[in-house]
Formats: sequence, structure tokens, C-alpha cells
Amino acid sequence: MNAHATPTATLSTSVLTPAAQPVITVRNLTKSYGGNRILERVNLDIEEGAFISVVGASGCGKSTFLRMLLAQELPTSGQIMLDGAPIPHEPGPDRGVVFQRYSVFPHLTVRQNVMIATEFGASPIWSRLFGKAKRKLREEADATLERIGLAHMANAWPSALSGGMQQRLAIAQALAKRPRVLLLDEPFGALDPGTRVSMHQFLLELWRETGMTVFMVSHDLSEAFTLGTRVLVFDKPRWDPHDPTAYGATITYDFKLDDKKQEAIGELSFGPPEHQ
Amino acid sequence: MRWINRKPGRPLLVFLAALPFVLTLIAYMAGSAARLAENPRDKFMPAPTTLLERAGELISEPDRRKGYVLFWADTWASLDRLARGVAIAAALALAFGLLIGLFPTVKALFSSYVSAISLIPPLALAPILFIALGLGEVSKIALIVIGTAPVMIRDLAQRTIEIPQEQIVKAQTLGASSWQIMTRIALPQVMPRLIQAVRLGLGPAWLFLIAAETVSAEAGLGYRIFLVRRYAAMDVIIPYVIWITLLALLIDYALRQTSRLAYGWAEPEAQG
Repeated sequence: MNAHATPTATLSTSVLTPAAQPVITVRNLTKSYGGNRILERVNLDIEEGAFISVVGASGCGKSTFLRMLLAQELPTSGQIMLDGAPIPHEPGPDRGVVFQRYSVFPHLTVRQNVMIATEFGASPIWSRLFGKAKRKLREEADATLERIGLAHMANAWPSALSGGMQQRLAIAQALAKRPRVLLLDEPFGALDPGTRVSMHQFLLELWRETGMTVFMVSHDLSEAFTLGTRVLVFDKPRWDPHDPTAYGATITYDFKLDDKKQEAIGELSFGPPEHQ
Repeated sequence: MRWINRKPGRPLLVFLAALPFVLTLIAYMAGSAARLAENPRDKFMPAPTTLLERAGELISEPDRRKGYVLFWADTWASLDRLARGVAIAAALALAFGLLIGLFPTVKALFSSYVSAISLIPPLALAPILFIALGLGEVSKIALIVIGTAPVMIRDLAQRTIEIPQEQIVKAQTLGASSWQIMTRIALPQVMPRLIQAVRLGLGPAWLFLIAAETVSAEAGLGYRIFLVRRYAAMDVIIPYVIWITLLALLIDYALRQTSRLAYGWAEPEAQG
């Protein structure tokens, strides 16, 4: 993957067309903290290969919803299914994640951050590979770093990286386990506008290349519409002025943008290539 | 300009830092001179020259009966106890801190217990230790451990809890087990804090070491000070106190350097 790639003339339509079996199915989901209702009656089917953007006012429960997809939090009632089976009650390698902050491990070098997922899988006790296996993994990690443009920082600590570089590393790390769905919680919220644009391009190219399913929470409307094939809006349809916490938010708008997507991607790819 | 915004320049900084030391020295010399003028045989405040002379004898002349230099034997005996006690306390702090910080079950089991233990004044336990464990080395080391470990455990547990939840979740999405999260994510991240905790714990550790040595010992810096106290031998006590201070300073410096060299990721400015 190269951030400078010239735009491809034809887009593979397979990633843009919804597949028959939804990756994620949400049925009648509610979430309350004590008597404070955050979400209610949330129903959703996420089709394979979709790029879902979620927007909504702060405190509307969109991040809470993402944490429930992650199983970092559990719903008060309702169901979340992954490939037709209830999701496990804890985070796992089938759902990758990138948070706004603290997404990479500060005590590991850039290269080690890429290597660690494989090491977890291959070495249950030491979480480390040695000898030939380690050399092979290093080469693979270096190839990944080359693709995401961080080869020159392989031995640096993450604290030496810019915000955009850290998020690129976090995305590459999250994809190491080939998750069924990539969850992004305001991943570019802390970046400056220029870096953001090049990060959008980076993410779109990755998405097109891998055909993965992406679920991104954003507070930036234009970002949501630029990137998503589908934009969900979370809001409270019912409002009790005497008890603002009585009702929760739900999905109030569901825009499917498949047609506009072609144009949007075209525009982005013709934009000036940017590096941060 | 407000006083809170006035920052001393380099020469003033050095002068200000040295000032309290110099003033203390001057005050001592004045006091010593005054007392010696009144009574040349005064033992309470020996002249600095006398102190230097005595310090030279202390570190070089073997004891007539024992045949070796007491000063170095005392130093070795004390450092040995201190190192053992602090090492055990640090190992306990690391193990329990990580377990309490990461596992809700272990936290439920030990958190209140450790908090309660850390409130017991360790010196009040000293007699129990001496009765239960005898007057040998074990009880002295045990006093250091009991005096420093609970606070260090609480500190390390807190540091472990403070590791951003995002990282713990991320590790799980990368397929890490509880064990792997503890050993490869949490452990390396609390190591700099452990060194920090040891640095802070060394103060109390010296206190409990010297307290233990005053009760019963055959050698040790604290033992020697309390032994010669009977003869009001300030010419021995003062060099010993200065030596203990120097040792504490050196150990602290060594730990700080270790932390900087070994955990560069924790200090953004020390890239390399």
C-alpha cells in the first residue's frame, strides 16, 4: 500500500455491494447506567465489506455502542450477533479496534508493536519468538511498516511518532489478526486537518485493498460522509423535558451512500498526496 | 514580575543550592569553636579538623581486638540487610501490585488487607518480630520488608490500574491471554514505577534497618552509632551519619540512572 498510489480507474464493486449474510446483527439493544437510559431499541445489520460511519451529538451513546460491539461493556438487554452467533462477553481477535488515544503500546518499539499480535498467538508463555521464527516475523513486520510508510521509524518508541503516524501504526497493528470487523472510535479526532485528510486516504486504500468491514464512530459529519458507505445518526427521538435521562438514543437516520461513494473516493484520490 | 515567575539563572541557582549546606557548616564550626574555647575537652561538637582526622582513622585502621576495619564491616553488614530487605519488598510489590491491579478477584481478596497492613506502624511490630524470629538477621530483614512492602504494593497496584484501559482492550483484541497481558503489557510498563517505588521506599528502609540494628546486632552502621553513643563519641557518630547519607544518595542516583537507561520509552526526551 502506497499513499502516493495513482487512483485506480475501476473500483472493485464487490466490496461495495452488500453481501447476503450480515457480519454483525444487533437486535433490540438497550443500555442503561442505573436509571440513566443511554440507548434503546437499537436494531442494525452490518453487511460484509461495509464502511459504516456513526455520528451523533456528544453523549448520544455512539461510543457506548462501539464498546458493546467490542464487548468491553455488555448491553442491558438485547442481542449482538457476529456471523450469526452471539458475540463473546469479552474483547477478542475477531473484532479489531483503534481508539483515539493510547492505541499503541508505549513500551514497545514501532516494529515490536507490529510483531506482538503474532507473538501472542505463537508463544503462550513468553509471548516472544526466538531464532529463525523471530527473524521471519521481523521481516514480515518490516514489510508492513514499509507499506504504511513507517519503515524509517521501526526502532523508535511510539512517543517519537506524530499523531498521524501513531494512528497508522495502531491501524496496522489492529489488522494483524485479520479481524472480521475493524472498530474505530474517533480515530482521527486528535489529528490536525491536514494529517486527517491523508489518514482518510490511507484508511480508504486499506479498506479497498482488504475488503474488510469497518465501523467508525466520528464526531465529524464531513468525515463520516466522506469515508462511509453508510452513515448512521444516533439521536434521542423521544424527550421528556422533566426527566431528560428517561429515554435513550437510537438510530434515527440511516444513509446508504453506495452511489456517491465512487465520486467521493475519486475526489480524495486526486487530492494532493500528503505526508505528516 | 511576580515571584512565582522569577527563575534564578545558573550562577544564582548554584549559589542558592549550596547556601543551606554552607550555612549549616558555618553554624557547626561556630558552635564547635565556641564550645571548645570554653572547654578544650568538650566531646559534643568536635572541630571539623578532628572529625576529618577521626574519619581517616575509622576507614583505615583495623580494630585492635577484631583485626579488621570496623567501618567497612559495619557498612557491609548494613548494606547486605538493606539490599535483602528491599529486594524482597520489591519482589512482593511487583507480584502483588500486578495481580491486584489486573485481576478483580485478587483485588477483592487482598486490596483491603494490604491497606490495613500498611496502616500498622512497623516499629510496633518490631518486638513481635524479635520474639518470633529471634535476634538474628531474619528479624531485621523482616522488619524492613514489613515496613516498606505494603506501601510499595499499594503504589504498584495503583500504577497497574492506571494503565489505560484502551491498551488492555487492544491487547485482548490481539489475542492476548491474561498471563500475556500481565507479563508483556503491564509488567514492563510498571517497571519504571517499581524503581520509583524502591527509591521512595529506601528512606523508610534505612529507618527500619537502623532501628533493628539498635536492638541487637554484632555489626552495622546503626549498631555502631548506638554503641558509641554511651561514650558520647560524636567523632564517630557524625562521620557515620554523613556516610549513611552519602550511601543513600549514591543508591538513589544509581537507581535513577538505571531507570533512565533501561526504560527510555518512559522518558520522551531520552530518545536514541
